[in-house]
Amino acid sequence: MATTVSAPAPGRRRRTPLARREARWAYLFLAPWIVGFLVFQAGPMIASAWLSFTEYDVINPPEYTGLDNYRELMADPQVARSLGNTVYYTTLHVPLVMAISLGLALLLKRVGRLQGFFRTVFYLPVMTPAVAVGILFLLLLNTQDGLINRALGLVGIDGPSWTTDPDWVLPGIVLMSLWSLGSTVIIYLAALQNVPRDLYEAADLDGAGAWARFRHVTVPLISGSLFFTLIVNTIASLQMFTEVYTMYFGNRQTAGSFNSDAASFYVIHLFQEAFQFLHMGFASAMAWLLFVIILVITVVQVRLSNRFVYYEGEER
Amino acid sequence: MSTTVSPGAVTAAPEIGAAAPAARRLPAEDGRRPRWQRVLFVAALVGAAVIFMLPFVWLISASLRPREYVFAPGFLPTPFAPDNYAEAWRAVPLVTWLLNSVVVGSAAAGAVTISSAWVAFGFAYFRFPGRNLLFGLVLATMMLPFAVTMIPTYLIWSKLGLTDTQVPLWAGNLFGSAFYIFLLRQFLLSLPREYFEAARVDGASYPQLFWKLAFPLIRPALLVAFVFEFKASWTDLLKPLIYLRNEQLYTLPRGLKVVLDRFGYGGEQQWEVVLAGSVIATVPMIILFFLAQRHFVEGIATSGRKG
Repeated sequence: MATTVSAPAPGRRRRTPLARREARWAYLFLAPWIVGFLVFQAGPMIASAWLSFTEYDVINPPEYTGLDNYRELMADPQVARSLGNTVYYTTLHVPLVMAISLGLALLLKRVGRLQGFFRTVFYLPVMTPAVAVGILFLLLLNTQDGLINRALGLVGIDGPSWTTDPDWVLPGIVLMSLWSLGSTVIIYLAALQNVPRDLYEAADLDGAGAWARFRHVTVPLISGSLFFTLIVNTIASLQMFTEVYTMYFGNRQTAGSFNSDAASFYVIHLFQEAFQFLHMGFASAMAWLLFVIILVITVVQVRLSNRFVYYEGEER
Repeated sequence: MSTTVSPGAVTAAPEIGAAAPAARRLPAEDGRRPRWQRVLFVAALVGAAVIFMLPFVWLISASLRPREYVFAPGFLPTPFAPDNYAEAWRAVPLVTWLLNSVVVGSAAAGAVTISSAWVAFGFAYFRFPGRNLLFGLVLATMMLPFAVTMIPTYLIWSKLGLTDTQVPLWAGNLFGSAFYIFLLRQFLLSLPREYFEAARVDGASYPQLFWKLAFPLIRPALLVAFVFEFKASWTDLLKPLIYLRNEQLYTLPRGLKVVLDRFGYGGEQQWEVVLAGSVIATVPMIILFFLAQRHFVEGIATSGRKG
C-alpha cells in the first residue's frame, strides 16, 4: 500500500501498476451498474426484440411467427387510434406547457422576494400522486357539477362534456396535464437567472425594446433549456399512462364504454395487450415501434436544435 | 443540460477536482422597473396561483363534505363531515397501503441513492480505459422507454418466483440509475481532488474514500436523489399494477385505484370516500416537499429533471 501511494503520479498514457490497480478498482465501483445494465436493460432489450417476432402468452413457450406481429400492428385500428391520440396529446401538451411555463418563469423572475412562494405554488401539483391527479380531474371535469364547467358557466360558456364526449376527452386530458407543469417553470427560472445582466444593459444601450430584448437576448440564452424541455416533455408525453389509466381504464364499468377508445393512449394499449390479454409478443412489437418513434423524433429535434440552440462557450 | 439527451456530445469527462463548475448567480432583477409594472406582474402571478391552488382547495373541502354535498358549489366544507376519513379507513386497508408505500419507497430510494453514488464515484474519481464510452452508455439508457424492457423484466421476476411480492418494486434500484449517477457525478466532480489524495497518503482504501469522504461531502446531492426517488416510488402505479395481486401488498396509488373503481363510478358513487383516500395519498408528498423543498428545487434546476 505505502509503496504505491508514494509512487510518482502516473503518466496519462503509460499503464503503470498503479494505473492498472486503479482501473481494477474503477470497474469494481462500476460493477453494480454494469450488472444492472446487462440484466435489466441490454438483456431485456434483446429479449423483447426477439419476443416481438414470436407469439407468446407466458404459459406456452414462445412460437416464432416472423413479421406477423409487425404486420398486425400496422393493420390494427386500435393501435392506430391509440397512437393517434398520443400524438394529438403530445402536440398540444408540449407547446402549451413550454409557453405557459416560460410566461410564468418570466413573471417569477421579476417579483423579487415573492418568487419562492409562487414557485412553491406552481410546484405543489407536481408532488400530487398521478392517481390522485386523475381522480381529482375526473371530478373537476365533470360536465354538470365540475369546477371547470362551473367556472366556464360564470363567463357564459356552456362547458363541454369533458369526460364523456369522445371529441372532448383528449382536450380534457391536456387541460389536466397543464396543472403539473411546475418543474418546467423551475427549469426556465434557473435558466433565466443565469442570463448575464450586462447583456440586457448592452441591449438597452442599443435601444432594444422589451420584445427585441426577449427575442434576441433571452431566447437565445435560454435556448438550451427550451430545447431540453422540448425533448424531455415530448418523450414523457409519448409515454403518458397513469393519469389517463386511472380515469378511464381498469375496471369493468369503464372498460369497453364509449370513452375508453377515445382515451386510449399508446402505452395504455400496450399494457393491456401485455398484461390483460397476455399478447406478450405483440406488446413487445408495440414497445419497439414506440422506441423507434421516440428515437426518430428525438433525432429530428436534436438536428433542429443545432440550428437554433445557442451554446455559450463551453459545452452545456 | 443537453448532455442528458445527446450522450454523443460527451467528450472528455473530467475527474474529481478537474472541473470547477462556475455558477454565475445574479441578484434578482433590479428595482429600476416602474412600480406599476411590478404590481401588474404580482397581480398576474396571484391570478395564476389561485388557478393552480383551487383544485387542492376543492379536493380538501369536498373530501370533508357528506356524499350529497360533494359537488355542491363553493369551497367551504359545509356541512362538515370529517367522518369520510374514518369511513375510508374502515372500507379499505389504508394503513397497510400507507405503510407499504413507506417501506417500498424507502427501499427504492435508499437502494438507488447508495448504489448510484457508488457508481458515480467510480466515474468521477478514476481514470480508466473506456470511461467516456461507458459514461455515454449510462446517459444513453435514459432514452430507453420503460415499455421496451417491461415485459422481459416481468419475466425475470416471474422466473424468480417474486411476482406478487414487493421485491420487483425496488430491487432493480440496487444497480444504480442513470439519472442519479449523472447527478451525483456532477456533485462529486466539484470536490477538490486534494482531499482524496491526502486521504490516500494517509493510507485510506478506495472504499474508505467513498464512505468516509465522498459520501458525507455530497450529502445534499444524496438527499436530492433520495427525495426524487421516494416521490417517484410513492406515485408509481404501473409497477404495482404489473406485479401485485394481493391487496395487502398494494402501495397507496394501487390501492387508490381500487378505491376509485370500487367506490367511484364502479360502486355507489361514494365520491367522499374516494376523495378522502386521495387526500391521504397526497398529504405525505406535500409534507415531503416542504421538508425537502430546497433539494427538489436544486435538483430540478441543476439537472433539468421532469417531475
